[in-house]
Amino acid sequence: MADRRYTKSHEWLTVEGKNVTVGITDFAQAQLGDVVFLELPAPGRKLSAGETFGVVESVKAASDLYSPIGGRITAVNEKLKEHPELINSDPYGDGWILKLELTGELPGDLLDEAAYKKVAEA
Amino acid sequence: MPYLVHSPEDRAAMLAALGVSSMDDLLIDIPRSLRLSALELPAGLSELETMAQVKSLAARNRVFADRLTFRGGGVYRRFIPAAVAAVTSKPEFYSAYTPYQPEASQGTLQAIYEFQTLIAELTGLDVANASMYDGATAVAEAAMMAHIHTGRNEIVVVGYLHPEYLEVLRAFSEGRGIKVRRGTEPNSKTAAVVFQQPDFLGLLVDAAGLTENAHSLGALAIACVDPISLAIVAPPGEYGADIAAGEGQQLGLSPSYGGPHVGFIACRKDLVRRLPGRLIGSAHDSAGRRGFVLTLTAREQHIRRERASSNICTNHSLCALAASVYMTYMGADGMRQVAEVSFKRAHALAERLAALPGWEMAFPERQFLNEFPIRVPKASAVLRKLARKSILGGLDVHRWFRELKGVLTFACTEVNDARALDELVEALA
Amino acid sequence: MTELLSFEKSRQNAHGPRLPEADVESPGPDDVLPRELLRAQPPGLPRLSEPEIMRHYSRLASMNYSISEQFYPLGSCTMKYNPVANEAAAALPGFTDLHPYQDEETVQGALSLMWRLEQALCAVVGVDRVTLQPAAGAHGEWTALRMIQAFHRSRGEARTEVLVPDSAHGTNPASAALSGFRVVEVRSGPDGRISLADLESKLSPRVAALMLTNPNTLGLFEREILDVAEIVHATGAMLYYDGANLNAFMGICRPGDMGFDAVHMNLHKTFTTPHGGGGPGAGPVGVKADLVPFLPTPTVERMNGQLKLDFKRPKSIGRVRSFYGNFGMLVRAYTYIVAMGGDGLTQASLDAVLGANYLRHEVEGLLEMPHEGPCMHEFVASARNLAPRGIKALDVAKGLLERDFYAPTIYFPLVVPEAIMVEPTETESKATLDAFAAAIKEIVTQADESPETLHEAPHGLPVGRLDEVATARHINAYLQGQSEDPILRWKKAP
Repeated sequence: MADRRYTKSHEWLTVEGKNVTVGITDFAQAQLGDVVFLELPAPGRKLSAGETFGVVESVKAASDLYSPIGGRITAVNEKLKEHPELINSDPYGDGWILKLELTGELPGDLLDEAAYKKVAEA
Repeated sequence: MPYLVHSPEDRAAMLAALGVSSMDDLLIDIPRSLRLSALELPAGLSELETMAQVKSLAARNRVFADRLTFRGGGVYRRFIPAAVAAVTSKPEFYSAYTPYQPEASQGTLQAIYEFQTLIAELTGLDVANASMYDGATAVAEAAMMAHIHTGRNEIVVVGYLHPEYLEVLRAFSEGRGIKVRRGTEPNSKTAAVVFQQPDFLGLLVDAAGLTENAHSLGALAIACVDPISLAIVAPPGEYGADIAAGEGQQLGLSPSYGGPHVGFIACRKDLVRRLPGRLIGSAHDSAGRRGFVLTLTAREQHIRRERASSNICTNHSLCALAASVYMTYMGADGMRQVAEVSFKRAHALAERLAALPGWEMAFPERQFLNEFPIRVPKASAVLRKLARKSILGGLDVHRWFRELKGVLTFACTEVNDARALDELVEALA
Repeated sequence: MTELLSFEKSRQNAHGPRLPEADVESPGPDDVLPRELLRAQPPGLPRLSEPEIMRHYSRLASMNYSISEQFYPLGSCTMKYNPVANEAAAALPGFTDLHPYQDEETVQGALSLMWRLEQALCAVVGVDRVTLQPAAGAHGEWTALRMIQAFHRSRGEARTEVLVPDSAHGTNPASAALSGFRVVEVRSGPDGRISLADLESKLSPRVAALMLTNPNTLGLFEREILDVAEIVHATGAMLYYDGANLNAFMGICRPGDMGFDAVHMNLHKTFTTPHGGGGPGAGPVGVKADLVPFLPTPTVERMNGQLKLDFKRPKSIGRVRSFYGNFGMLVRAYTYIVAMGGDGLTQASLDAVLGANYLRHEVEGLLEMPHEGPCMHEFVASARNLAPRGIKALDVAKGLLERDFYAPTIYFPLVVPEAIMVEPTETESKATLDAFAAAIKEIVTQADESPETLHEAPHGLPVGRLDEVATARHINAYLQGQSEDPILRWKKAP
């Protein structure tokens, strides 16, 4: 498993070559509470870094999802349609949200685990 | 003073508990310059005097008898079963808060869940919400749903939509940069085609054809419907309209000078997440008992804030309750009966009025239900003549539509008995 | 106790109502209308007899809490006693039986009531005119913002931003966004009041208005309101007053005098019209002279001793709902104002402030008080001190329900963690306030001794805590075509 990186808006990503997997962090899912719905884009769409691509909803909250990188969506986690609770039970595994093909470079402002921990604790 | 509970001793005891000597000590944050010496309003009155004053205002209004009211235009006199007021005047319903705490609000929640089901059944669509302010805002919100769903910025209104609904639709659209057009054909930029069935004049439109045309352009079809009519005419769900919206006043609510009434909105399954306002769903507790809760609230303003698709924060719960009692009391057969009686009387009246010298049906080739437009010589003189006989005659629609000079619309319902029709015709003879 | 749905009780052969026959010689719809216009399937409404219907609704009524039976300490919601005289007034046939399209000379009493109510509301909030048309508070907010937008546009200014404090009710940003404005958040300072420094940094010629409630959602009076008004007006922006908390200072001070240009009021809060289980309410909007030309049509005007509806207002933002507003609610509010008078309204606000401070004092030490007093008509406490025992604001709320109190507003405002927002209103006696404080004490003790039992509260109500998460997930499954059960309505089992 490649190293996980994080954003200030509580997404995580792993990078293998040009292939990037994106989800939301354990901290984010705990803040939201039980996830009941995700509004997700279709594969093929191009996203720029920081662009909103969807919404994650719990009973009491709703939060926009931001793409941590620029790239083209190659896959969307279809399981989440029927099982949004995967976001809560396995945010870094079966609860992944998107796979993207990276265009250009990784943004410079991604955080490592220690730096993200500080953001989450702030 | 009425409705206040503290005695001077209570007030003193509370101030003492707080360790302050006067109310001024609690109001220290208010700048001195802002403090009022007194409100410029008369002193309060006893209940006896208050009611006398209010009754004197009520007495300055002229009330026309039910049976002699032939004016409609969106608000109708109908039979209201005594059961309606008996239920809505229960303080457990009228003095309850919004049902945010489900355990303490099951009565309201279940009643609204039943309302949602009744409206869904009546319109033939998948899901209805907990109600809207009125027919006008229901139609406007339906158009906003279409705008968001299609990503298009133009709403096309076909035919005689209630003119006040059109005005409200324009007001809702303007802030959001949406264009509202009437009298033009829809095109591939149209988010929705809005029509009223029957229309403001009472005439039936080709709802199925309009819906098909909208769909062929990728637009949604929004049907503004009369709930009583749905007991006999095809509901939006049968001809494929995407959203039904309308005014529920006829479902057990008095005219009350225009409000409060109740708007309703229903839609197809795939549009539910765009529905504005409250939705009630069924749920279970840990013991397996069924109850009802506000649900899908993450669509709404209190969570989405500036990203919400509507700012509506309430519904017209008590009016929706009245409508539920009405529909449950009448049932499908009862609603069909009043719709049929209204239909027959309106057609009998139309025939007799059209036979008067100088009177003619304004759209003789068109079908109608219980309200119809008729061209008369000297509309205002006709209405004055009727008023002298204590009859509230038809509605002069020229006020809104230049092309309808001299046209009055007359409405008949089950309250206008056969003898009332005679009196109307005799008064005009 | 649960009650079957009317649909589940429905019986094929139940006696429906007896209704009149047409008594005219005329064909029916089936004879006249083409088949494609007719309904193919009758609607699936329930069939029940009148006795069954009345019992059904009586049983539903008994499952509700209501202000007639319980104390509702709901912060920001102003749940006060709904005078029964108001209901009697609104039920007068001289009001209920008026058609909205009657000629003006036949409705002089109704127009006079609207005129007098407008004058009274002008006096209470200190503005020049009031529109009674908006049907609810949020509707009023949006109406006011549309007027402010029209005002700026009439001067050729394209102002595109509206400032909203972070502690504001969600309708504020939603109403602004739906008027086409970009919403910019202004931060609260540590004392819960708007930060002047942050406000100044966000003001610019792009700003159309600042939306503010006073006292703010923490129940604190914005001490620097005159400075706020000055710096907002200096940039050409307007000041909008959210009337949610007007009950704090009727007769004590007025938003108009503070510099607010537009003011919305909730008749169902401040002026005792019933909440109805969630409406109908009414959200009149008052404005200063600059905004008068933009009021929705029609307005009520006095001409030659007669009252008239004025539809010819060229600068008006148009109509925001049909007819003239929730007239029945206007009758109730007017009746209340006449009964209370200027002296009574003033005393009502004084008592509301006194009651809130007293109750705050009684629960201080049991719950955390994040802000210093005195408060105005409400206060915000925090259940954060119970967190080490695993108790949240929600558990406190449910514990109160179990003790026959409605729950306070919780988790709002968002700026206070584990917020518990309490507004007692002037119509709750000292004995009730004492009993409420005693209930909080009991719950705090329970949290100490047996916190797990609090998670199970409430007991003894028609249902226990409902699984809202499962409901939302089931609905989404239905909406995505993975289930046949709509959850949002009853459907006959296949």
